[in-house]
Amino acid sequence: MSKQEILTAIRRGLKRGPLPSDQATMLRGHLAQHPRHLIPARSRLPHSEQVDLFVRNVEKEFGSVTRVADMDAVPGAVADYLAAQNLPGSLIMAPHPDLRAIPWSARPLLDIREGRAEASDAVSVQHGFAGIAETGTLMLPSAPERPVTLNLLADTEIAVLRASAIVGAYEEAWDKLRAEIGGMPRNVMLITGPSRSADIEQTLELGAHGPRRLHIVLVEDAATA
Amino acid sequence: MHIATSPAFKENAHAALANAGLQKALARSGPSFIARRAAAVANLPEFEKLRDTARDIKNHALANLDFYLEAYEAKVLESGGKVHWCNDAEEAREAVLAICEAAGARTVTKGKSMIGEEIAINDHLEKHGITPVETDLGEYIIQLRHELPSHIIAPAFHLNMEDWEDAFRKAHSDLPAHRQFNERRDVLIEARAKLRSKFLAADVGITGANFLIAETGSSVIVTNEGNGDLTQTLPRVHIVLASIEKCVPTLEDCTSLLRVLARSATGQDFSVYTTFSTGARRPGDLDGPEEYHVVLIDNGRSGMLGTDFQEMLRCIRCAACMNHCPVYGAVGGHAYGWVYPGPMGAVLTPSLIGVDKAGHLPNASTFCGKCESVCPVRIPLPKLMRHWREREFERHLTPASVRANLGLWGFFVRRPALYRLATRAAAVGLGLFGRKKGRFTRMPMASGWTAGRDLPAPEGDTFFARYAKAQRAGQV
Repeated sequence: MSKQEILTAIRRGLKRGPLPSDQATMLRGHLAQHPRHLIPARSRLPHSEQVDLFVRNVEKEFGSVTRVADMDAVPGAVADYLAAQNLPGSLIMAPHPDLRAIPWSARPLLDIREGRAEASDAVSVQHGFAGIAETGTLMLPSAPERPVTLNLLADTEIAVLRASAIVGAYEEAWDKLRAEIGGMPRNVMLITGPSRSADIEQTLELGAHGPRRLHIVLVEDAATA
Repeated sequence: MHIATSPAFKENAHAALANAGLQKALARSGPSFIARRAAAVANLPEFEKLRDTARDIKNHALANLDFYLEAYEAKVLESGGKVHWCNDAEEAREAVLAICEAAGARTVTKGKSMIGEEIAINDHLEKHGITPVETDLGEYIIQLRHELPSHIIAPAFHLNMEDWEDAFRKAHSDLPAHRQFNERRDVLIEARAKLRSKFLAADVGITGANFLIAETGSSVIVTNEGNGDLTQTLPRVHIVLASIEKCVPTLEDCTSLLRVLARSATGQDFSVYTTFSTGARRPGDLDGPEEYHVVLIDNGRSGMLGTDFQEMLRCIRCAACMNHCPVYGAVGGHAYGWVYPGPMGAVLTPSLIGVDKAGHLPNASTFCGKCESVCPVRIPLPKLMRHWREREFERHLTPASVRANLGLWGFFVRRPALYRLATRAAAVGLGLFGRKKGRFTRMPMASGWTAGRDLPAPEGDTFFARYAKAQRAGQV
């Protein structure tokens, strides 16, 4: 069987048999403890400055951010963004309790459907699990209430993110995921800005196959440090 | 397998130097990669230390590869996926075909995968009536033109706007013939529209993997376009193609490697989409594939462990080495004649297809050392190329004239007094002959060298003589 042949060939190359049990135990410990390596200092900041760094990095990568005071202000921010971009008010929204609790009826012109995205959907509203200040990256783990297609099929993706969900480095986001979700979700997307390609003459063009626009509505729920 | 034209490297390189379109593309794109990486590195003070970390992580993973691969497989099974272990390209092709046939697949979308090129999966699927569709923009045009990629992260590196227009007009003959391609954006919009329907219609999606993670059983892809994500999310079946050395222990290990990957590759701090896939659709999920298969491929890697070339298995396929290579910059990727070009290809290709076929590649180096100086996992590429040269020599694959000249040189160099006398005589003689013009436009037995440039005439004594003189004068 190929599996055994490959493992045998690897061990032959490494000039040893299967790992002795004490070494295997040590490696199992490494997997269980998943120790961190060197983390760049750039994101080691007070939380409010991490939020600012996150916003700066999102904008550097051609995303956009609107900061609002609370969840009640989200429908207005979404409606204003769509109007400014000349986009229709039809939204496909993640069926996430946080998003469902938003008073969308305050903006009756928004037409909201919940579920996964289809090819015909122009604008999606996604629930942001975490924001990573280091590079302005969104962490979006899949779940029934956070479908992956919302990140991919719509021309415009709007993510609603609580400022309290912003962390400094990727490692902190992994720990948040381990603490709040437990096991590894089926799909975890780390998204930094809208889709792009430089395949034509190595020159950057936005809007390849994924969303052409990535907008983040940032809800300032964190106590400012 | 793709038929390797690596044995014809010299002829390929010659043709590449005379190819105006290629030279235009190389002149445009080469410098921008270098500048973007430099800017990203300058923006991260810890970068050099992170390279050490990256090297150490890969070394640890390789030293315990059997353990981590088994741990990885256990996690994949736990999350409802399946691992297909394959010794070589043929087994891998059969495994992919069997999964596609079991799924009743007619069309397959593909994310960019170098191992997919290595095992030539597209040809195999086509031969069995299944249509593969490349969805990375660069790979898409490569497929339309029936070419190999010329660069491992920028497959269409060698093409210019007129090539895109030409290929699109031929392939998309259903669209109005009078449409304009005024700017790059027009190409992108047409490709996006064309490929969107392919994504939606595909029965199976095939992606590569930048990393496999033992801790979680995840496969990781890194893209900017989002095509890989559409490929692995929309069809009913997702197949991951990955070679065995992609396996790293933990999410933290992977994260540290990701910090150096995009910066070394495109000069981005982070790629747009870095996606971790773990098993099949879960209960309650509204999207995602129902089947998740990993085709895990050795194809020569295990044979590199424990040899001089083990260090090459650290490679994370960022392409910094080729972006900074003067040889790649002069002749482009296709001259290398197989899947992997540039310095990493010059080391890897002889390992995978044999030094008898690819012996020219490690010789196509100026040994400037730039590749090693930018490698995020610190692979000593020049040293490894030298190892191949030694092996080539040992196996008598070096041409007779080169061997004879090396033998002659060896005779003198083992006799220092004679060597100094001979070089001194040559320096003085050449100096006298070339006194008038200061250079030689032709030189017997070195016409290959003088065909492209002049040989400067020596202007005085040999290095040894000058050094000894300076020493006596107390200057060194």
